[in-house]
Parts: sequence; C-alpha cells; structure tokens
Amino acid sequence: MRFIHLKKELGGDACGTGEQGGLRAWTDGEGPDPQSDAALDEALKDFRLSVHAWSEAACNRPRAALALAPHRRVWRLAAGWALGCALVAGGVSGGFYEHHRQEMKIAAARAAEQQRLAAEQRDRLAKEEEEDLLAKVDRDISREVPSAMEPLAQLMAEDETR
Amino acid sequence: MPTANEIAAEEFSAVVAKHRPQIFRFLLASTRDMDLAETLTQECFLKAHRNWASFRGESTAMTWLMRIAINLQKDHWRNRRMQFWRQTRTNAVDMDEASEWLPSGESSVEQQLLARERVGQVWKVVEGLSERQRTVFLLRYVEEVELSEIARATGLSEGTVKAHLSRAVARVRAGLGGKR
Repeated sequence: MRFIHLKKELGGDACGTGEQGGLRAWTDGEGPDPQSDAALDEALKDFRLSVHAWSEAACNRPRAALALAPHRRVWRLAAGWALGCALVAGGVSGGFYEHHRQEMKIAAARAAEQQRLAAEQRDRLAKEEEEDLLAKVDRDISREVPSAMEPLAQLMAEDETR
Repeated sequence: MPTANEIAAEEFSAVVAKHRPQIFRFLLASTRDMDLAETLTQECFLKAHRNWASFRGESTAMTWLMRIAINLQKDHWRNRRMQFWRQTRTNAVDMDEASEWLPSGESSVEQQLLARERVGQVWKVVEGLSERQRTVFLLRYVEEVELSEIARATGLSEGTVKAHLSRAVARVRAGLGGKR
C-alpha cells in the first residue's frame, strides 16, 4: 500500500505545485516544527489505514438484506413472544380481576342483605317489646272507670240491677 | 459479434468492479454510515450507468464517478437539512467506533492504542470540518487523489482546493496538539 508522505507533499512534485505549494507554504505564518510534521504524518497515515480497513470490512460483510435478516427474525420472534406473553398475562390478570370484582360484589350484596335483615329483626323486636310494655302498663294500671268515679259507677250498677 | 450495447455494458461492468471500493470508501468516510454509503454507492453507479453513453472521457472514469458521488452526498445532506424533523435518527457510527478500525499489523498493543487515539483525534477534526474541506481532505489523504483531479471532481479551482486542504490540515495539526 502506498502512503502519502507529508515531506513529499512539501516538495509538491506529485501535484506540480512546487516548494511554495507544499503543506508548509499553505499554513499561515511560520511552518510547523519537524516533530509536529512527523506526528501529523503518522496520524494521517493511521487515519488512512483505519478508513481502508473499515471500508474493506464493510465491503466484505454480508449484504444488508442478508445480514439484517437473522437479526430481524430474532427481533420479530422476541417481539412476538413478548406480545404473546403480554396478551396472556393481560388476559389472565384481567380474568382474575373480573372474578375478584364479582366476588367482592357478591360479598357486598350479602353483607348489605344481612345488615338489612338484622335491622329488620331489631325493629321487630323493638316493636314487640314496646307492645309488650304497653300491654303490661295497660294491665297494671287500667281500670274500667277512674277511682274518683267509682261511687257513681256503683250507683249506676245498682240502678241497672233494679 | 458483440453489439455496441454489449460492449458498453462490459466496459461499464469493468468500471464498476474497478472503482466501486474507492467510491464506497469515500462515501463511508464522508457519512460514517455503512448502509447510507452502500445506498449512495449504488445510486452513484446507477446514475453513471444511465449517463454512461454521454461520458466522453474528458476526465478519468474515476474522477467522473467521484464527481457524481460528491454531488449525491451533497444532495443527501441538503435533503437531510431540509427534512431534519423527519430525520431524528441516524445510523452513523460515532467517532470512537470509527477509530476502532486499524489493520492488524506487526505493531505492539501500545502502538495500536496510540494509533487508535490518533485516528480518533483526526476523526474529531474531520467531523468539525466544513463539507468542502472534508471532501477535499478525504479525497487527498484517504483516497490519495491528486490535487488537479480533486479540482476536477469537486468543480473547484486548484487554488481553492489547496486553500481548503491547507485549512483542514492546519486544523488536524491543531487537533493533534501541534501549532495552530
């Protein structure tokens, strides 16, 4: 492989530019020191080699369609699996959630019914107690006529017998 | 007896076989994107094939092809600028990845590391060059094209090519830590 040497560039023979047209003449002011030139020369050579190596490797790689095919297949497979798993998980968790929700509804309805029955029973008992109490009061304190009217009542009773 | 068309097709096939690696390499270095370089290379040869009959041989086939490649590359960047909102992603590799490519020679690990570092620094500078400076720099120092040929391929005068090259080299030197 042929490398461009910057010293040759300075000479400018290949480009027909002469000494004045070389790299040293292109840069403004004083020319760079030889060490800098050597470093630049080395860097440009490495850069060229690097690009050539990269390009060669890229040229020799399988063509895009072939190279991408297995990756695409793998990705599609993975995406399919992921989607399938997500759907199954979603379905299962959705089913569980729905079941759980139904159970909660039934339990809430049962609890409400029990509360209603308990309240009804409480009301009934309270009513019965009240009725019993009133009956007892009636029994205990009720008379046919008030005590103040008893003599008159006796008189009336005697008249009736007569 | 082969017809004129068959002869032209054979000639063109030979041109493709001979110059394809160089065109691809130039486009790869310009874009740092293998797929894009591949696409642009194909477009370049497609365009060349369509216009093969009009190629009069005033310059070499390589210069003519390189001119097409440069124009395609320019068009691509121009379109990307126009459609920047649609081009949020690029396949271009970063400079570190690009500088990983070094031929496995006889050099030691230390030398390889140093070379990689130097290549990375050059890539960094190349990234910051203007489009013309980059094109001229890559043609000269990667493709080893003569200044006169670069001038023909880019449509610039030789003086302008030298000026661009001078600025590019000065920036590379500065990037490597030398005198600006």
